[in-house]
Amino acid sequence: MTREEIRNRVIDCLAGKVTCKSFTEAVTDYLEGNLSVLDWVRFQMHLGLCLGCRLYLRQMKLTIRAMGTLPEKPIPADVRAELIRRFRNWKNP
Amino acid sequence: MAPTPEESTLLQALRNGDEAAFALLVDRYHGQLLRLAMAFVASRAIAEEVVQETWIGVLEGLARFEGRSSLKTWIFRILTNQAKTRGVRESRTVPFSPLGNDDADKPSVDPTRFLTSGYFVDHWASPPTPWDEATPERLLLSKECGQRLEQAIEALPPAQRQVLVLRDVDGLSSEEVCNVLALSETNQRVLLHRARSRVRRALERYLEGDASTP
Ligand SMILES: [Zn+2]
Repeated sequence: MTREEIRNRVIDCLAGKVTCKSFTEAVTDYLEGNLSVLDWVRFQMHLGLCLGCRLYLRQMKLTIRAMGTLPEKPIPADVRAELIRRFRNWKNP
Repeated sequence: MAPTPEESTLLQALRNGDEAAFALLVDRYHGQLLRLAMAFVASRAIAEEVVQETWIGVLEGLARFEGRSSLKTWIFRILTNQAKTRGVRESRTVPFSPLGNDDADKPSVDPTRFLTSGYFVDHWASPPTPWDEATPERLLLSKECGQRLEQAIEALPPAQRQVLVLRDVDGLSSEEVCNVLALSETNQRVLLHRARSRVRRALERYLEGDASTP
């Protein structure tokens, strides 16, 4: 085997059988840091080569961040006042 | 996870009957509790009641709170207990298995988006396209987009919705979520994955028009 062939065999072996579909199923494990080192390297290599999966990852991160910026449900003033009243009663039964 | 130093101070103030401390707690968590309650029960009105019952439960439990968890986790746990009781009373179906039966085998992405044969089987046939709105702020600038996002979350099966709301909307850690919902780390992650995949699909449908995926 030439050096080139050996190099390609090593890359093939490291790359494993990562598909785009398998990336979309593993994206949460990827983001949560729950992959084995080998799987992480494989997905990392796949991402380097695959624009579609990079876009998928970007969409997923954007979706997550967008959920984090959703406005909070406001507390109605009368509910808040009632809760404070309850606290007073609790304090001085 | 013990209470944070800030929580310990707050706890002391509450036990001393400091009204401002209670108001601070209510302002900080009421909205998050309401959002979570709505993931358990059928209507906003019942969810409001559950949150109020939760605050009463907090007051009743303050003396007994031993500080084995953070104050926040403890409050959220009171809510989930109240909500579960209430959910059963309202006979809304609570999933029997911790993962629920909804879309257990459903793929994260519509399978028609991938090649079905050849050397590149299971690689993108129609890959995702870049979204113009590159930041959450720009994404949510459109009121309609925010509404679509809320609708997508509301449409999730309850167990998925509960995890997603706590993790991604309220920003709790996975450890806190497992604690609050009494889930294993693995189940938490599976539910989170299914929920996030569904919400991304919904946003994609909205942003790219309805042509792309079912
Ligand atoms: Zn790919």
